[in-house]
Amino acid sequence: MSKRPADERLRDFGEVDLGLSEEEAVVEAQRCLQCKKPACVGGCPVCIDIPGFIAAVAERDFRRAAAILRDQNMLPAICGRVCPQESQCEGVCILGIKSEPVCIGALERFVADWERAQGIIPPAVAPPTGKRVAIIGSGPAGITAAAECARAGHAVTIFESLHEAGGVLTYGIPAFRLPKDIVAGEIEEVLALGADLHLNHLVGRSVPVEDILAYDAVFLATGAGLPFFMGIVGEQLGGVYSANEFLTRVNLMHADRFPEFDTPIVRGSRVAVVGGGNVAMDSARVARRLGAKVYLIYRRREDDFPARHAEVANAREEGVEFLCCANPVRILGGPAVTGIECVRMEMQDPDMSGRPTPVPVEGSAFTLDVDVVIEAIGQGPNPLLVSLIPGLIRGKKGNVVVDEDGATSVPRVYAGGDVATGAATVIWAMGAAKQAARSINAMLEKS
Amino acid sequence: MYRIEKTAETADNIFEFWIHAPHVARHARAGQFLVLRIDEHGERIPLTISATDGDSVRVVFMAVGKTTTQLAAMSPGESIRDVVGPLGRPSEIRKWGTCVVIGGGVGIACTPIIARELKEAGNTVIGIIGARNAGFLLLEDEMRETCDELVVCTDDGSKGFHGFPADILKERLSTQTIDAIWIIGPAIMMKITSGVSRPFGIKTFVSLNPIMVDGTGMCGSCRVTVGGETRFACVDGPEFDAHEVDFDELMQRQRIYGDSERRALEHYHEHQCRCGGEGHE
Ligand SMILES: Cc1cc2nc3c(=O)[nH]c(=O)nc-3n(C[C@H](O)[C@H](O)[C@H](O)COP(=O)(O)OP(=O)(O)OC[C@H]3O[C@@H](n4cnc5c(N)ncnc54)[C@H](O)[C@@H]3O)c2cc1C
Ligand code: FES
Repeated sequence: MSKRPADERLRDFGEVDLGLSEEEAVVEAQRCLQCKKPACVGGCPVCIDIPGFIAAVAERDFRRAAAILRDQNMLPAICGRVCPQESQCEGVCILGIKSEPVCIGALERFVADWERAQGIIPPAVAPPTGKRVAIIGSGPAGITAAAECARAGHAVTIFESLHEAGGVLTYGIPAFRLPKDIVAGEIEEVLALGADLHLNHLVGRSVPVEDILAYDAVFLATGAGLPFFMGIVGEQLGGVYSANEFLTRVNLMHADRFPEFDTPIVRGSRVAVVGGGNVAMDSARVARRLGAKVYLIYRRREDDFPARHAEVANAREEGVEFLCCANPVRILGGPAVTGIECVRMEMQDPDMSGRPTPVPVEGSAFTLDVDVVIEAIGQGPNPLLVSLIPGLIRGKKGNVVVDEDGATSVPRVYAGGDVATGAATVIWAMGAAKQAARSINAMLEKS
Repeated sequence: MYRIEKTAETADNIFEFWIHAPHVARHARAGQFLVLRIDEHGERIPLTISATDGDSVRVVFMAVGKTTTQLAAMSPGESIRDVVGPLGRPSEIRKWGTCVVIGGGVGIACTPIIARELKEAGNTVIGIIGARNAGFLLLEDEMRETCDELVVCTDDGSKGFHGFPADILKERLSTQTIDAIWIIGPAIMMKITSGVSRPFGIKTFVSLNPIMVDGTGMCGSCRVTVGGETRFACVDGPEFDAHEVDFDELMQRQRIYGDSERRALEHYHEHQCRCGGEGHE
C-alpha cells in the first residue's frame, strides 16, 4: 500500500496510507493460497470469511466481496484501517512464514472503500416489533449493536454524552489514520436503519437510570474513557495532558486550528509522550503535526510496543524519537512544564503476560527539556453510569462483568466493548456488540 | 439546538440567560452544572445551573473571554448548538441544622438554588452575599426570599456591611452554632473565606471551577488535588471539602490558557469588525 511522504503528511491531518488501486488489489488477492483450513479466519476476532472475500476480489467481483465482509463486519472501512492485523489474520497467514503475508487489512479497506463509492445497499429491516432498546454510547460497540437491533425491527435509541457520535473513533483516533467522513458515513448508515441518536445526553445524569431500565433491553457501550495518570510529582503543571485530553482538543475540538476554532492547546516545542500503545503513537504524531520535536518514552523495549506495527513505522518516519527502556519519575517546572526526569529501565524475568519486567536502574536518572508532557499509559471504564445501576457486578478494574452472551448481572441489561474488556480494540468491541445484540434480539423474540 | 428564551444584563457585563434544555432542566439539582458549545467552532465551557423552571435552565455569567462575550451578544430566539447536563454531583443536601450559604461575585448566582434545597430539607439557612459594590449584588431578592436571614456586604460599603463575607462568617462562627457552610465564588475568595471556618472544624463546601473539556470524566483537564489525591472536578465534584482543596494549584491551572484566551478574544473582535457586526462601536 502506498503512503504519502513523511514531510508532506506532517503538514496536515490528511490520511497517510493511500490504499490499494483496483489493479493492486486484484494482484494482491491473487497471492492468497486459498488454504483449505484457513488460519486467518481463526485469527480474526469476528471470523470473517477471509479467503471467500479475497477470492471475490481476485475475480473482480467486488460487490460479492463486500457482501461477504458485511456478513461479519459492520465497519469494514474502519477495521481495514485500524485493526492490528499483524497480531490477528495477517499474523497467522501461511505466506508469512516464508515471505510476506497477504495484505488482508488493505484488501478489506479497498473493498469497503469501493463499496462506499458505489453506494452501500442497506440491509433489510424487519417490520417494527414495538420493542424498545436503549444503547448507551456511540462508539464501535454502540453503533454495531444499534444496527443489529434496528435490523431486527426494534425501536433503537442511542444516547451519547458528547456532541458528536463515534466514541474513540471520533475523539481519539486522528483523521490521518481514520478520516472522519468514514466514521460519519458508518454512523449515518446505522441511523438510516431507523435508529435514533440523542447527542449531549449523559446517561445517569441527563437520563435517569430508572428511565433506561424501563426499556425492554439495554446495551451498555460506554467504553473505557477514564484516563489514568502516573501519579508522579509535577503532573498538575500547565502543559501536562492525558492523551485523551490532548487528542480530544485536536480531534473533536480542532485546537490545531485555533483561533479559528475556540479551543486552545499548549502546542509545545518539545513534547514528551509516555507510553507505547496506539494512543501514545497517535498523540506523538499529532504533536509532530502541531510542530513540536517529539520524544516517546516507553518503559519496555521497542519490540514490546503494543501499538500496531504500521503506526510505529509511521511515527518513526515522521521523526518521533523513541526512548525505550526509560520511565519518567518527575515532571519539572512551574507553573509550566520545563522538563521531565526519567530513569533507565532494565528488563528482568518475564511477568505473567510473558513480557520481561522492567526494573529501574539505580543512578541512571536523566532529564529531557520539554514543555509538554502527554501521558498515554492507559484508560479504564468510566464509573459514572455503571456505578449507578443497582446490582451491576463489576470486576476489579471496574469493568462490567458479562457472560459469553454479553449479559450482565442485571436482567435485560447487556454490555460489550471496552466497558466490559477494559481498553481493547475496535474489532473486539464490534464482535462483542454483535454477540450481545444477537442475545438481545433472541430475548426480545421470546418475550 | 437549544433555544435561548430570555436574556438580561443584570449588572455591568453580567448576564442572565434562560435556555430551553429539557434533558438538563428536568433532572438538575443544586450544585450541578452544564457544558455548552455555542456553534461548530465553539469550545465547551461549563456554567453552573442557577435555577430551573420546567424545561428551562438559568445560567449567569460574566462576559470575560471569547465564548462568554459571544454568548452575551446572543438574543432570545437564537440557539446554542450543544448543551449537556446536568453534570457533576449535586450538593450534599440533608438536614444539617444551621447552614450558611455564601456567594461572592458571579458566584452569588449559584446560591439561591442551594439555599432553597437546604431549606426544603429542614435547615435554617443564613445567606451571605458579597460583591464589589451594590450594583453587583445579583439575585439579592431571591436570596432574601429563600433564606431565613440574609447578610449583604460590599467591598466599597455602597450597600450593607462594608467588607467581605469572610468577616461576617468569622463573627457568626464565634457567636452561634453552625453545622455546614457553602462558599461559591472566585477561587481566591473561596480560599480565604474557607480559611475562616477551618479552625472551627465545620464542614465547608466549595464549588470548584477548573478548566474543563468534556465534563464527563473523560479527559482529566479538570483535575484538582483534594486531600492529597487527584480528583476530577466534573464527576467527583464540583463541590469538595474546602479544607482539603489545594487552591493555589487550582488557581495556577486556571491560568494555563491565559494568553490563548486573550488571542481568542482579539480574533473574535477583529472578525466581528470585518463582518461589520457588533463589537464595532
Ligand atoms: C487514541 C486511540 C487510538 C486507538 N487506536 C486503535 C487502533 O488502531 N485499532 C484498534 O482496534 N483500536 C484502537 N483503539 C481502541 C479502540 O478505539 C477501542 O477499543 C474502541 O473504540 C472501543 O469501543 P467502545 O464502543 O467500547 O467504546 P468507545 O469508543 O470508547 O465509545 C464509548 C462512547 O460512550 C460514550 N459514553 C460514555 N459514558 C456515557 C454515558 N453515561 N452516557 C452516554 N454516553 C456515554 C462516550 O462518550 C463514547 O462516545 C484506540 C483507542 C484510542 C483512545
Ligand atoms: S472535564 Fe474532562 S474529565 Fe473533567
